[in-house]
Amino acid sequence: MNVASRFRTLPETGDCVQFTLDGVPATAPAGVTVAAALLAHSGAWTRQTAQGAPRTAYCMMGVCFDCLVEVDGTPNTQACMTLLREGMTVRRQTGLRELNGGQRD
Amino acid sequence: MYQRTPEITIIGGGLVGLSVALGLLKAGQRVCVLDGADNDARASQGNFGLIWGQGKGWDFAPYANWTMDALAAWPAFAKQLQDLSGIDVALDQSGGYEFFTDPTEFDAFEAELAQQATHLGNRARYEMLNGEELRSQMKGIGPDVVGASFSPCDGHVNPLRFLRALRCSVQAMGGHVTLGATVSAIRLQPNGGFALALANGETLQTEQVVLCAGLGAATLARDLGFITQVRPQLGELLITEKLGDRLPFLSSTIRQVDEGGVQIGGTKANAGLDDRETLPIMSKLARHAVTVFPALADVRVVRAWGALRVMSPDGYPVYAKSSLHPGAFLVTCHSGVTLAPLHASALADWIMNTSPTPDLEAFDECRFALSHAA
Repeated sequence: MNVASRFRTLPETGDCVQFTLDGVPATAPAGVTVAAALLAHSGAWTRQTAQGAPRTAYCMMGVCFDCLVEVDGTPNTQACMTLLREGMTVRRQTGLRELNGGQRD
Repeated sequence: MYQRTPEITIIGGGLVGLSVALGLLKAGQRVCVLDGADNDARASQGNFGLIWGQGKGWDFAPYANWTMDALAAWPAFAKQLQDLSGIDVALDQSGGYEFFTDPTEFDAFEAELAQQATHLGNRARYEMLNGEELRSQMKGIGPDVVGASFSPCDGHVNPLRFLRALRCSVQAMGGHVTLGATVSAIRLQPNGGFALALANGETLQTEQVVLCAGLGAATLARDLGFITQVRPQLGELLITEKLGDRLPFLSSTIRQVDEGGVQIGGTKANAGLDDRETLPIMSKLARHAVTVFPALADVRVVRAWGALRVMSPDGYPVYAKSSLHPGAFLVTCHSGVTLAPLHASALADWIMNTSPTPDLEAFDECRFALSHAA
């Protein structure tokens, strides 16, 4: 299923950004949000709720919180409100976040 | 011969009104609950869900004992709600802490607990822990906490599920709950009973009326000749994202809901009926939480709100029977969660005047008469 085809993309500049999703290298056009990159990547689920139900980005405007992922070690990050940057480490958010000792990046 | 049971109308469908309704229904009364408008000041939709006794009634023995009775009655009450409504209110009564960062406040609270214990006798249960003892017992408590009190009797419930469980229980017992039924005036009927004028123009008749309308009770209380004047007290609270870990404690200011989110609250302010949250208070709450438990520092706050407590002039509950108008009752209190098991049992005996009628004289509003007249 080509999920990306459901969306009109921003004008392509030809520039690309490299990132990793759950440790696997991936590529997306420069200037997109993490959510857009993940939808274009496979469209598969990007988080699981506390009950284990699969979810992915839905509203794309910061309201529904269904796009939460771990970005560079920070859990519960709204992927649709975060621009993808070169070298980002993105992990799917499975279940609730844990306390990590109050460390900030 | 068929005799019509006197119809009791409860004005107010929050925690207090629904608890009283439940008790009366269990006692076999026919009960109707009138609930007001969505945008009323609803303490029952903003509260913290604490079942709390520490310090309560330290300078007023009847309240100390009434609260302790309620704490003891909670486990059976929670089970009753579960049986009636099918809703688990997530009662966790495994004890609660009061954390202090100011040594003077810590000492003052210890004195209050000691005074409270003299009222409770052998029911008193608390211990004081200094900062070092606390940190050796519980991992993760911040270095600036100078001490804490602990009571094994305290606990909490999920406040929203509790409100829903109460309403469903009342309905399961055959009580009628009418939503959007704001009572604008109460008129005494010449032959006894009361006429309730609703804001939508309707009038309802009732033989007895129990006023449980929280902050909405002001003008209606005057209609019935009551002198109690309740005032709003603003409390603000923060809600964090849900956590997979369980916090190792429950405190009066930091509690984790069974679903994982952390509530941080406990502020008190007089702001009239303005229930908006404020940035300085929100940042103070966040700072407090991180001081007590530094691991919360990177946890996101996802919601914040203010809600208005219902405070009587001395902060204690008011249970008043109108001497002028038999069949009219006023029930109001701040601790609608903690006291709910008693509101749903002993208070029904008091309203119906059946044996054994609990002695609630200490909570009558006559204690305000002097200051009111002055």
